[in-house]
Amino acid sequence: MKLSPHEEAMLAGEMGAARKWAVEHQLQIGRMFDAEDMVVVSQAHMMADPESLGEAGVSFFEKFAELPADERRVAIPLLTDPRGVDLSYYDKLGQTEEMANLERRFVAACLKMSVMMTDTCINYQTIMPPVYGDHVAFGDTGVVIYANSVCGARSNFEGGPSALAAALTGRTPRYGLHLDRNRQATRRYRVDFKLEGLTEWGVLGAVIGRKAGSYWEVPVIEGIEQVPTSDEIKHMGAAMASYGSTPLFHMVGITPECQSLVDVGGDKLDCEVVSRADFDTLKKPFGAKGEKVDVVVFAAPQLSLVEMQQVADLCRGKQRNSGTSLIVCTSPSVVADAKRLGFISDIENFGGKVLEGTCFYQQYAREVGEANGWKRLLSNSTKIVNILGGYGYQPALASMEDCIASAIQGEVV
Amino acid sequence: MEQVLKCHVGIGGVVEGEALVATDNFSARYDLNRIKGVFSRPDHALAGQSYKDKILVFNTAKGGVASAWMLHEMVSRGIAPRAILFNTANTILAQGAALANMAMCDRFEDGDVTALIKSGQQLIVDPVKGQVTIKG
Repeated sequence: MKLSPHEEAMLAGEMGAARKWAVEHQLQIGRMFDAEDMVVVSQAHMMADPESLGEAGVSFFEKFAELPADERRVAIPLLTDPRGVDLSYYDKLGQTEEMANLERRFVAACLKMSVMMTDTCINYQTIMPPVYGDHVAFGDTGVVIYANSVCGARSNFEGGPSALAAALTGRTPRYGLHLDRNRQATRRYRVDFKLEGLTEWGVLGAVIGRKAGSYWEVPVIEGIEQVPTSDEIKHMGAAMASYGSTPLFHMVGITPECQSLVDVGGDKLDCEVVSRADFDTLKKPFGAKGEKVDVVVFAAPQLSLVEMQQVADLCRGKQRNSGTSLIVCTSPSVVADAKRLGFISDIENFGGKVLEGTCFYQQYAREVGEANGWKRLLSNSTKIVNILGGYGYQPALASMEDCIASAIQGEVV
Repeated sequence: MEQVLKCHVGIGGVVEGEALVATDNFSARYDLNRIKGVFSRPDHALAGQSYKDKILVFNTAKGGVASAWMLHEMVSRGIAPRAILFNTANTILAQGAALANMAMCDRFEDGDVTALIKSGQQLIVDPVKGQVTIKG
């Protein structure tokens, strides 16, 4: 890889041990993916929950946090993905002091490195959406697919270590989706029916993600005439990335790089029709009509302020069943607004709990499930029902309205 | 008879171990019980099997970014695979292997690696040269 004098200096250790590690890490990745040089990035977003980090990962951060101030400070804005512990509620959720301590140590290390603890996977809705053509280093697959597809920005999936490396150096290896040639469509799909609600958009994302099935495939979708809302396309992208590891899609006439099929080379591809039967096949394992529900979860992605209002409206003046818990996860900035607007009290009066700055599957979901006796989990997120099967849950999928109705009934309606 | 498979230059150093192969895709978050060191996702082809010290062979990576930290965390506790081979890796698994110093290779010249290698075979993985040797 060709390095600039600035990058060579970092590699030589002239700007401290953290930046030296970062360039070394980036060189390994660049070599594997045939990057010729680095590209400057404007901001980074890091997934690093204590469950994934473990003791080893937290110690790794603490080592950097002990460096002199000018050596440990990140070079560009570095935002954080949801945390694994809501420090104001962890004990009630069945999380342990050991988990909370890992979280506290990690936050202290990050603050010393000037990391912005935004604790959100919807930074494109709440912090600073990237601009068309903007090169960024984002973690969280839902954030990356939204930034690439909806904003027209350029990012690979940058896992925590690589997002940190990018924030320390201000650049990332130029490979994958930073290059024009890798943003052309490789799969073409047609959808001829109208989608209703966040869950259906999520299911569409999941169906296409499963069909495309690889980081290196770029789906283009034609036939959709309704312009989705930011929340709808957020659920779609998050599910597509979850089921397919897909980092970019195009939607003809809707997403910015694809005003027509020709723009992304879609005219040269065979078209596969997505049918209602594909939807039914995907949803089949997640149906559980009539079965008792232990917990209803709204998360993955965190809820926007608009979704918080929708949940609050459904909860207002009603009560959940005593055998069914309700957990809602959103970012600290949305919590502040939702509190001011009365949405939090609507949800709490219903018997629900709003967790701040976490996401359900990133907060020791297995241990939390065991501590609370939660098995049957109901959500409107196609992403979360995909993940939680491996964590000992029996996940089921329903619309937001049906989720709340089920929380009231105590069983899947 | 030894057989040498050529692949793209990968990550990490030379390791030797026993292959555990599935045509499934892989995510450390979605598929594993990392405390016990087994595949825990009920519909995964390797459900219930231990991955400790194995050389895992999959089609590709799936799902989220958490695997990038998880490989490092698994290695730190000594309950981790020795290497992972893919037809095509994704960026996350490569980044995780780099942090964990775990061997990882992909893009095999002779075709589908999940068909070329069988579970139980002894392998030598050399990511620097970009080759995997199947020992007799």
